[in-house]
Amino acid sequence: MIFSKYLFFILSFIAIYAALKVLISKKPMHSVLYLTLTFFAIGGHYILLNAQFLAVVHIIVYAGAIMVLFIYTVMLLNLNIQGEFPKSRLAKFASAIAGGILLFTLIAVFRSYDLKVLADPSLNQIGLVKNLGKILFQDYYLPFELSSILFLAAMVGAVMLGKKDIY
Amino acid sequence: MPNLQIIPLDYYIIFCSALFAIGVVGVLVKRNALVIFMSIELMLNSANLLLAAFSAYRNDPAGQIFVFFIMVVAAAEVAIGLALLVMIYRSTHTIDINVLNKLKW
Amino acid sequence: MDGTYILYKFILASAILLISLLVAMYSTLLERKVAAFFQDRLGPNRAGIFGIFQPLADGLKLFFKEEFMPGDADKFLYILGPSLTMMIALLTSAVIPWGNSLVIGGAEYSLQVADVNVGVLYVFAILSIGVYGIMIGGWASNNKYALIGAVRAASQMISYELAMSMTIIAIVMMSGSLSLKDMVEQQHGMNWNVWYQPLGFLIFLVCAFAECNRSPFDLPECETELIGGYHTEYSSMKLGFYLFAEYINMFISSAMIATLFFGGYNFPFMDDLHLSHNVITIIGSLVFFVKIAFFVFFFMWVRWTLPRFRYDQLMRLGWKSLLPLAIVNMIITGLVIMIKHHL
Repeated sequence: MIFSKYLFFILSFIAIYAALKVLISKKPMHSVLYLTLTFFAIGGHYILLNAQFLAVVHIIVYAGAIMVLFIYTVMLLNLNIQGEFPKSRLAKFASAIAGGILLFTLIAVFRSYDLKVLADPSLNQIGLVKNLGKILFQDYYLPFELSSILFLAAMVGAVMLGKKDIY
Repeated sequence: MPNLQIIPLDYYIIFCSALFAIGVVGVLVKRNALVIFMSIELMLNSANLLLAAFSAYRNDPAGQIFVFFIMVVAAAEVAIGLALLVMIYRSTHTIDINVLNKLKW
Repeated sequence: MDGTYILYKFILASAILLISLLVAMYSTLLERKVAAFFQDRLGPNRAGIFGIFQPLADGLKLFFKEEFMPGDADKFLYILGPSLTMMIALLTSAVIPWGNSLVIGGAEYSLQVADVNVGVLYVFAILSIGVYGIMIGGWASNNKYALIGAVRAASQMISYELAMSMTIIAIVMMSGSLSLKDMVEQQHGMNWNVWYQPLGFLIFLVCAFAECNRSPFDLPECETELIGGYHTEYSSMKLGFYLFAEYINMFISSAMIATLFFGGYNFPFMDDLHLSHNVITIIGSLVFFVKIAFFVFFFMWVRWTLPRFRYDQLMRLGWKSLLPLAIVNMIITGLVIMIKHHL
């Protein structure tokens, strides 16, 4: 299990590096691709937690659908010609400090709780499709149905917004 | 029982907090609406991973179900959000949020 | 056990990789031969007997071509595009059961690289990230034809992915398992899924054509409108990668069709032969490859028979015919399962 620890550090490093690159990159296309890399690293984290279902759904939803939509938008809007709109140095500095303080606070808050570890995640079976499916369709059946209605509404909304001549 | 072999839960907390903070900084720093949108996705994802980690370490499947629902909401949100963005671009020819400071145009 | 196991998996993965590449290589020759047959020509026959070395000659030619990169191209992404396409094309082969298990010295060796219990979802995931290579390549070329080709490819693949997933869901409902190995096991003998899911098979087949960007749906690269589509600006081996990935995709799609609908490595009367387990396994794998070869031929047959669709026709077919049909197929499957369950 020493191996999985190294894997954790490698994946975390990739995720954080790519997440920083999302902000540093000048071209929106590069930002999108770096964010995709972050999502793949997070998918690897799900596998480390033995949450196979979530890992695959994460890749399908985020890498396969959401990021493709982003790339699509970047392509259609032709954003590279526009380039980027820089903020003032002061604003950047201030937001970096704000982010740092937020990180500090978050970690401090979480650390102040005594979080007990009840199970070994690498042996845990709850993340398998069978178990999650049973819980999803028994205990969380109504939210599941409601989320499908949410999807339908989103789909109709997106089609309506995308139409050119609705006025 | 603290098992020394497994990755401590604290590591996940630190990692996810860092990702969340990067997302927040992205929202504050950037003026491109698309990149702000992506930063929001990053924040959602860090919350997702932390939920999944708590769920796996504390043997409670509800956390993973919640991650599933958050993904559903994120997908719906992106579909609508990007449609709005394309609409805005069509009428103003920019997605700089400093230009988009009116409710009507 | 661990050492031999890892070594075995390594050898198996390399073998499957090599076989995929080899089959894709010779599909290019087959394509040209089939085209020649349909057009009443001879086809390539100069390099070796029946042109058997033609793929090598083609590959060599591509290697020696001038490497060209557009001035305004995004250098890194320009190279990443074809590499990613190639890599993603090869990824699916990990979960396809290429054969039953071999028993050597009391130990059982499965002819499947990874029997993950989310096998079908893994296939969905690979399908959904398949657009990246094309989109990145088309965008990085900084060429309007390439961009249009990439946008077309992406919308086509996303649209047809939906109907394809719906048909696979119907099969998952029948088999009750997400593991491809279990699905193949349940189609033992002649108990193939195609007898129960004829409509699903047809939808899947059409979608497979669209996913591979093959004719009649090869609009992303249609020469008459877009010069070369997303690979307009590519030359040398980078172009070779794009073209080659298409053949690998075709091979993998054929393997998926054979696995999901035509029983994989199962063949009729396999229990009546009274042969040893290993012999049955080897015959099964050969039968599987015969099935794959048939579908590869079918892909080519269609390409040289049907004319290209128009883009709006393609979208209409995907969204207004195939998707509703796939949903109806799924609902009917569910109803039948429910009725059988209550009887």
